[in-house]
Amino acid sequence: MPDPARPPRQRLSGLGVSPGRSAGPLVRMAGPPELPAARPAADPAAEIATIAKALEAVAADLRRRAADTADATAAEVLDALAMMAEDPMLREDAERHAREGRDAPHALDAAFAGHRETLAALGGYLAERAADLDDLRHRAVAAALGLPMPGVPSPGHPYVLVAEDLSPADTAGLGPEVLALVTERGGPTSHTAILARSRGLPAVVACRGVLDVPDGTVVSVDGRTGDVTVGLTREDAADVIEGDRRERARLAGGGGPGRTADGHPVKLLLNIGSAADLGPDAADAEGVGLFRTEFLYLDRRQPPSFDEQVAAYAEVFARASLVVVRTLDAGTDKPLPFLGLPPEPNPALGVRGLRVDRVLPGVLDTQLDAIAAAARDTGATPWVMAPMVTTVAEATDFARRARARGLTQVGAMIEVPAAALQAEELLAELDFLSIGTNDLSQYTFAADRQHPGLADLLDPRQPALLKLIALCAEAGHALGKPVGVCGEAAGDPLLAPLLVGLGVTSLSMAPICVPAVRDELSRHTLEECRRLASG
Amino acid sequence: MGLHHRTVTVASAAGLHARPAKLFVQEAVRLGVPVRIRAGERTVPATSMLGVLSLGASQGTEVTLESDAPGAEDALDALAALLARDLDAEETLDA
Repeated sequence: MPDPARPPRQRLSGLGVSPGRSAGPLVRMAGPPELPAARPAADPAAEIATIAKALEAVAADLRRRAADTADATAAEVLDALAMMAEDPMLREDAERHAREGRDAPHALDAAFAGHRETLAALGGYLAERAADLDDLRHRAVAAALGLPMPGVPSPGHPYVLVAEDLSPADTAGLGPEVLALVTERGGPTSHTAILARSRGLPAVVACRGVLDVPDGTVVSVDGRTGDVTVGLTREDAADVIEGDRRERARLAGGGGPGRTADGHPVKLLLNIGSAADLGPDAADAEGVGLFRTEFLYLDRRQPPSFDEQVAAYAEVFARASLVVVRTLDAGTDKPLPFLGLPPEPNPALGVRGLRVDRVLPGVLDTQLDAIAAAARDTGATPWVMAPMVTTVAEATDFARRARARGLTQVGAMIEVPAAALQAEELLAELDFLSIGTNDLSQYTFAADRQHPGLADLLDPRQPALLKLIALCAEAGHALGKPVGVCGEAAGDPLLAPLLVGLGVTSLSMAPICVPAVRDELSRHTLEECRRLASG
Repeated sequence: MGLHHRTVTVASAAGLHARPAKLFVQEAVRLGVPVRIRAGERTVPATSMLGVLSLGASQGTEVTLESDAPGAEDALDALAALLARDLDAEETLDA
């Protein structure tokens, strides 16, 4: 049956950042409300009533979302936000501004601004909460203006979510109704892209004009090509979804080790946080390329005991033939209570990763002891690597301490340009390198990896980043030692052939990314990969 | 009635932030007795999440709870006891 309201078919184009296809009615996420010009508020009591209603509506909406989500962490975040919306100091401040003659939206705006400034001035963890206040401010001002609540919509049916861009707070509320993501802005390392890949949702970013398409229009999204087709029928949409289901089934049936079309092997490995991440998909990969050990340390006042660590590591070693363990990656950028590190003005450039060893050497020694003990218990030969290695001296020291414990395969993460430039010297001391492309981009381009306005600088196709990756891969070839990639780029099927062309020997990624990367690699010969890399 | 107060040292490893702050404010709201909390120069209502966060109290910070409302003694005891517990460590035990 023809859809009478269906607009003419039209094709938009953006950057495909998460492969797969889907289709359905489009729903736009409302952006932050525009604050209109202040109007004279003749009746402060009426403004105060509006303020109360707006804050109550925001709190009620957040509590409903908290109750609806199955994710306990997201529920806790939403609940804490609701408490802030109900905050008596915030409400009193807004009421005071209203009594001084401001209309409700401006009174709310002023009250939020005051608290935002207080938290931002405290720095560290509290400065991050200032961003939460911005989110609440947008919601409260929208409610006071009678506008739809900003944030992820919940229309009650499956839909394609369209937004200008998505923030981490938005992504916490993303439910199972979302079929695909399309954003007008954003880049390949934006939150939208990372979230979409981790959830296996098709996504297109930097899609100009998509915000002009009316809500309810049926669109299809191709996260590989970046095509967004507007004005489909519901039957067309069902065909797209069925085609995607068949394609995913075909990819999942692929299996086997990673190789190019002409049989050049490329190890496909997994990024995991604990043995729990080694689900049924794990058998499909060739091992673990990045075992993040931070989870053991989260929320701790004391570091986890030696025995507790041995048990956690042994559980992973027993279940995968190859495991690359990364020693604790925390510091002032990712503060952990037990480290007790003072806040720093510039955490990304401060005491993080291996540098924590300068102030708390016992933490790394205990961890290496535990890894060695777990290796003995299970008969495994784990590989160990340190995060944020910067100099050859640091690598040498780390290798000496690991080898003294009987750990034979010792490597370093390459995240700092200084380390990439010394790749050959590092590999003279080490057995392997693993490139963390997210941090390597951030440090090479002097661009905060979370900065929404700098996504173009963080594009993994940036030539300067590719040169550093090539330098590491060439050092690996010269010395016959493996050089892998375990950053976000490794799980992007569109980048895999390029990385292999640069000489990378393994790709480590979220389990959900493996089938598509394997399939893409199998479509290119090594020679074609090299041509991509030199072009 | 008069003004009652309790001085207590914050025990939670992460300070009066995040989850410990949330538990403290929730308890203050539940008790329904107006209590103020002071750290250094700054005094805020115990029921204000933003106020409690703005104290910037870390582990070992001395804070004073005060109230002159009916039921003050019991409410102050309950809230002081909460602050004297390491709420982060308890979270770990829960996990």
